[in-house]
Amino acid sequence: MSVLSQIRRNDQPIYLDYQATTPMDPRVLEAMMPYFTHKFGNPHSRSHSYGWEAEEGVEKGRAQVARLIGADEKEVIFTSGATESNNLAIRGVAEFYKDRKNHIVTTVTEHKCVLDTCRHLEQQGFEVTYLPVQKNGLVDLEELRAAITDKTVVVSVMAVNNEIGVIQPLAEIGKICREKKTFFHTDAAQAAGKIPLDVEAMNIDLLSISGHKIYGPKGIGALYVRRKPRVRLVPLIVGGGQERGFRSGTLPAPLCVGLGEAAEIAMKEMDAEAGRLARLQARMLKGLQDRLPEIYVNGDLEHRIPGNLNISFAYVEGESLMMGIKNLSVSSGSACTSASLEPSYVLRALGVEEELAHTSLRIGLGRFTTEHEVDTAVDELVRHVEKLRAMSPLWEMAQEGIDIKSIEWAAH
Amino acid sequence: MRAPAYLDHNATSPLRPAVLDAMVEALRAGGNPSAVHSVGRKARSLVEAARRSVAGLVGCLPGEVVFTSGGTEANNLALRGAGHRRVLVSAVEHDSVGKASPDGEIIGVDGEGVVDLGALERMLAQPGERALVSVMLANNETGVVQPVGEVVRLARGAGALVHCDAVQAVGKLGFDVHGLGVDYLSLSAHKLGGPAGIGALVVCNGAPLAPDRLGGSQEANRRAGTENVAGIAGFGAAATAARSGLPVAPLRDRLESTLRHIAPGARIFGGGARRLDNTSCIAMPGVKAETQVMAFDLAGVCVSAGAACSSGKVQRSAVLDAMGVEPAEAATAIRVSLGWNSEPGDIDRLIAAWRDLYIRAGKSDIDDARAA
Repeated sequence: MSVLSQIRRNDQPIYLDYQATTPMDPRVLEAMMPYFTHKFGNPHSRSHSYGWEAEEGVEKGRAQVARLIGADEKEVIFTSGATESNNLAIRGVAEFYKDRKNHIVTTVTEHKCVLDTCRHLEQQGFEVTYLPVQKNGLVDLEELRAAITDKTVVVSVMAVNNEIGVIQPLAEIGKICREKKTFFHTDAAQAAGKIPLDVEAMNIDLLSISGHKIYGPKGIGALYVRRKPRVRLVPLIVGGGQERGFRSGTLPAPLCVGLGEAAEIAMKEMDAEAGRLARLQARMLKGLQDRLPEIYVNGDLEHRIPGNLNISFAYVEGESLMMGIKNLSVSSGSACTSASLEPSYVLRALGVEEELAHTSLRIGLGRFTTEHEVDTAVDELVRHVEKLRAMSPLWEMAQEGIDIKSIEWAAH
Repeated sequence: MRAPAYLDHNATSPLRPAVLDAMVEALRAGGNPSAVHSVGRKARSLVEAARRSVAGLVGCLPGEVVFTSGGTEANNLALRGAGHRRVLVSAVEHDSVGKASPDGEIIGVDGEGVVDLGALERMLAQPGERALVSVMLANNETGVVQPVGEVVRLARGAGALVHCDAVQAVGKLGFDVHGLGVDYLSLSAHKLGGPAGIGALVVCNGAPLAPDRLGGSQEANRRAGTENVAGIAGFGAAATAARSGLPVAPLRDRLESTLRHIAPGARIFGGGARRLDNTSCIAMPGVKAETQVMAFDLAGVCVSAGAACSSGKVQRSAVLDAMGVEPAEAATAIRVSLGWNSEPGDIDRLIAAWRDLYIRAGKSDIDDARAA
């Protein structure tokens, strides 16, 4: 049985939402299984072999995660996921150093959990600079440099954006932060295992990882915390003092093993996978562009992970399109905020107009996406976009050369 | 080689078979429950079905269950999220309660480890801010069951809210959270045959709760982060299985009576109080706990010398300390805890190993005495 047939049965929709979550790699499940069954011990139990073998699995997982980002295993803390990692990194350093520093620099396109954490800290008296991004979604390095003061405790810039897949210039940001003597945190939930990351070369002090975005399990993540020079944190969760006091609570050994295995597979297969996904991405984009006018890719195409496309289909309402393409699992933005019908704040930050932002889809490609699925998805999208445009008076007007923006709508 | 007899269920319990099946199904299904497409909706339905199972086990409404990464997070969330500056905690609480309320006032316990209700009443009578009282349902080291109903009655009279850490009690002791009357109740899946990495805080009757983890509207804005779908599904399956209770009292009672027959001086901590049916904290006179756990491990029996979380370092048990146990005697206590797959043969092996060690230790005492 092929790996793919274990992942998807024929009657299931085509999964194109790899930035929301990834299916678990069967090899990861295989690595986890013994820790669900006979190696079930509490990794903190020191008095018997069940505890020791669970601990062995946890420590192997920790080393595998460390290798993925060029860290020492002592610098990796397991958490319940990237949301917790981001909360812990930013709140943890801010609270620890609050007597000396009170300023945080981040960007407007960060994940909601970074932005909400920063807003919470503002209420606690911290100052936060939310840097805008350029039209292509990338941060302006000079603006970043100028924003850092001697009161800045941490700069938090995501490695890869969850909606538009753009890769921020991490090495350059790290260099600036090191020069300015401030900590650099990066939310690498969407980047780890997809692009090469090296905490040394990139001068990263804190780095957040998610299990379920890299074909591992949900409910587990990691935070890299630099030891030299040492970064100190106030823990969010206190109790038994596990994870060197940074994060209390019984470690879920099977999940730690799964995250480790997922990290190792990602590291080994990163190059080949990136190449394959780049071809699929190009194939999908060309397929759509060849057959549909007035579609726009949001965010830089070059500085972007190959597993993401974010496209505005002008004159089509994104939600209607999603309702039409029922056998494609895509999203109109971040899953965490997808229940709301607000246009994406990420697209708005790129300067995408509200009408166009409403027409956009996030298409995520990944390890189990096939060429056939891409072709089927292109056909479906083209069919439904054409159908919706045929029903749209705005599209008709645009075809007749009327500038929609010039219309003065009558007030009701 | 025969598999060891596992008698450390209060540290963690092996997965029940139904749990693994539910988890594998969820892992295969994939999906982010917040996504609106069919894969996401399937994940959402697994989460909500599990929420109903967990609610069913403790008798609350599904909407009152907030999933967390485990009991530690649930305890932290309750103590910080309730928003009370004055916190009263019992002296035998788990560290995840004690350390989350560093300024908490300590409610003492008696020699059996039962919270001193008179002391609580006096503390509540002191003028000051409305308090949050945190008293566990059953202790992790001794299994002693606390009079939480009485705690609630006293707290209500003083306008205080009550948090109850039920991590060790759930699935071992039948109770109904609304019957208990507490405002917050912490649960953990891996203590009842579910997976590690998932737990819940039950928030009753709209008690106040400020979220601690920010950045997503999951769990009705009470706990951000993509749901651990497989963990939640496993928790649900474990909760369903745990509803049939844990009939291990005869095994535990046979263990205790046999050990006391072997060594009349063997003390059972909290033995005079109401306890969980699965837990025995027992001292072997004159033999250090570390010696015991090593000897038992060699004999293929897994027990612990206290709570697993702190067992990395050898330190005195704060629980036994609070009960007024002399340090020398406390250092001879081990914890035996049974679970859903415990069998009479497990107890027989422990009894045999315990007897062997006790006799050997006694002999060496005699030899030492002769040499002296």
